[in-house]
Amino acid sequence: MTAQTATKKKRRISWGAIFVNIALVLIVLAWSIPTFGLLVSSFRSRFDIQTSGWWTIFPHQEWVTVAEIQPGPELDRDGVMTFEGVSGTFLELRDGIQSGNTQVVWIGNKRIGKVVVQQKEWTRGNHDFTLENYQTVLGGKTFQIQQPDGSTLTVQGDNFVNAFLNSLIVSIPATLIPILIAAFAAYGFAWMKFPGRRVLFIIVVALLVVPLQIALVPILKLYVGLDLNGTFLGIWLAHTGFGLPLATYLLFNYISTLPREILESAFIDGASHFTIFIRLVLPLSVPALASFAIFQFLWVWNDYLIALIFIGSKPDVQVLTQRIAEMVGSRGNDWQVLTAGAFISMLVPLIVFFSLQRFFVRGLMAGSVKG
Amino acid sequence: MEQLTDPTDKHRPVGEKEVKSKGALDWLATNIFRLLISLFVPIVTFIGLYLGFIFLRDSAAPKGVTAIVAIIWGVGGVAALYLVSNWLVEKLNDEWRAKIQPFVFVGPAVAILFVYLLYPTIATFRLSLFDRNGEIFVGLQNYVDIFTNRSMFVAFRNNILLWIPFGALFTVVLGLLIAVLADRSKYERTAKALIFMPMAISMVGAAVIWNMIYDVNPNVGVLNWIYTNITGNNPQAWTASNQPWNNLFLIVVMIWLQTGFAMVLFSAAIKGIPSDITEAARVDGATEVQVFFRIMIPYISGTIITVTTTVVIFTLKIFDVVQVMTGGQFDTQVIATQFYREYFTSRNSGLATAIAIVLLITVIPVMIYNLKQFRETEAF
Repeated sequence: MTAQTATKKKRRISWGAIFVNIALVLIVLAWSIPTFGLLVSSFRSRFDIQTSGWWTIFPHQEWVTVAEIQPGPELDRDGVMTFEGVSGTFLELRDGIQSGNTQVVWIGNKRIGKVVVQQKEWTRGNHDFTLENYQTVLGGKTFQIQQPDGSTLTVQGDNFVNAFLNSLIVSIPATLIPILIAAFAAYGFAWMKFPGRRVLFIIVVALLVVPLQIALVPILKLYVGLDLNGTFLGIWLAHTGFGLPLATYLLFNYISTLPREILESAFIDGASHFTIFIRLVLPLSVPALASFAIFQFLWVWNDYLIALIFIGSKPDVQVLTQRIAEMVGSRGNDWQVLTAGAFISMLVPLIVFFSLQRFFVRGLMAGSVKG
Repeated sequence: MEQLTDPTDKHRPVGEKEVKSKGALDWLATNIFRLLISLFVPIVTFIGLYLGFIFLRDSAAPKGVTAIVAIIWGVGGVAALYLVSNWLVEKLNDEWRAKIQPFVFVGPAVAILFVYLLYPTIATFRLSLFDRNGEIFVGLQNYVDIFTNRSMFVAFRNNILLWIPFGALFTVVLGLLIAVLADRSKYERTAKALIFMPMAISMVGAAVIWNMIYDVNPNVGVLNWIYTNITGNNPQAWTASNQPWNNLFLIVVMIWLQTGFAMVLFSAAIKGIPSDITEAARVDGATEVQVFFRIMIPYISGTIITVTTTVVIFTLKIFDVVQVMTGGQFDTQVIATQFYREYFTSRNSGLATAIAIVLLITVIPVMIYNLKQFRETEAF
């Protein structure tokens, strides 16, 4: 009896496990398919993309023409016609008549059209994967593209290399500068005594709640006056300003909990605040610094709004997100370049994500309170 | 030590005056030298930084070179400023150093925050009380306009009645569901990584991905391929027709992006539930569904609230997805895209800043609550 219930229970649990795994696989597929489709499409030619779905690269059943019949002029096209043992009127034949594994379709004009006999066969389609899209997107050269109707089109390549470098130029300093400034400030708030310490710190934390839309108009006006619009310095400082409350708050939480004894013994040995900060506090805070760095880097790399407003339409300074957004607007149907461009922009975040997953998750969790 | 002090002792009896004057001269000489250095170093630093700025602004060097110079100049420049100012402060006597050094540490951060957040908040509020060019005082007219304008009404409806309920609800429910499922699977790590992955992708990139899925050509858009094959109808322009339900297709993008975030937080919370509680319930004959609703949900209710508020804030500020996918057309506009349109397209700074203030007022209560929760759970 007990053995029986035990096996019963075991069976129920294993059924449960199967259900759980199937549900999980379905969800994971649903979540990955969009990105996968983008990746596959970025390696297909414009012609292939427009004429067959990216999913046709998988083996699937498709009607394949096995025979063609040219109906003679004597055939009565207004009555019921019979081909390959299938009969129907012209209208029925034009939509295709299926019988078993065979389909008969009238293709083209009623008078001079032809009839094809098709069979459903397993196929992997006829696909050529190409790197041409990436060459088009990365190089600034012109390219010949074959269109679905057979004609060729000359297209000016998009210089994404420039935009990619701009994204790096914007993201790296816009990550390191706020970290440096915030770390100094966090140390100051945590371990130094000065008048106004509490008030200033409360102001810093309170500014966490300000959504950055609030700041855009006045800062844009300020930048126009100072001629900082469209400069790297301008956008670094903007990202620094918007990232600082969070950075200071997080690093303060970490630095203020460092063991007091370590810092005090360093003081007794005659070390200055600066030495302690550089030699002791920074190395001890690496986990917090790394988490925030990853969050801020991805935030800046993926940012569109701040770039749109402070870089605007200066082509030699534009970052990747802007170039892609512009392409969506101007060439929304050129999927071969859009997909390649989008994938290039995802490359760096995805590398960061898969190589530094632990810090990445922590960083994003911490960043969730960003204003 | 003693040997080093000896020579000065020998000189001492020669005559106090002479020693003193020599000391004063020495003092003056060394101090002029120090003063010069103290002036020289910062000046050189500033000149160096200025030259870097000019180079970056005017140079036609290859992009790669500019990139390296820019990164070194930007990061090195800030570090140099700290080094130099600290070096100057350490030259002062103890009393002054103790007074000034904290401001060397805290000052830059506070100054930047005042310029980039505090001053703009006040300036934005002031502008919101003026007309479209910021010249004539109009009182609260812009706020009245916001709440009577049809286009703004649609934006509020989308943000508050569609994005928040559907977006936040599905993100939280799906995140919780996946966290529970993953917790019982052997493939937890892989599954979680793949579902979290969209968090790494920019919203612009996500917009491209989903624009493709919704494409009208059934050979490009999966959704239309499925739809035309099942129903035999013509392909649909999902993000443009059937208003206001086209908004839901944009909301799906946000759910796809944010569910991973909810899942990771829930997953951590579920792992924090002591297993003896759930085991005891199971031994007492509770079904899995009962365990889920009666034990897990109450236990992680704090996390559920944090995740919900975070997603709500994110949703209130949503911009990129809408801006790139539809440009706010077809009645898909939201508060943030209206702000952009009013300022950059309609050139109405009064209305735009008033929208920003409304956004601030909407976000603040949720944000404060979120911060409180964040402090309690110490998610970091």
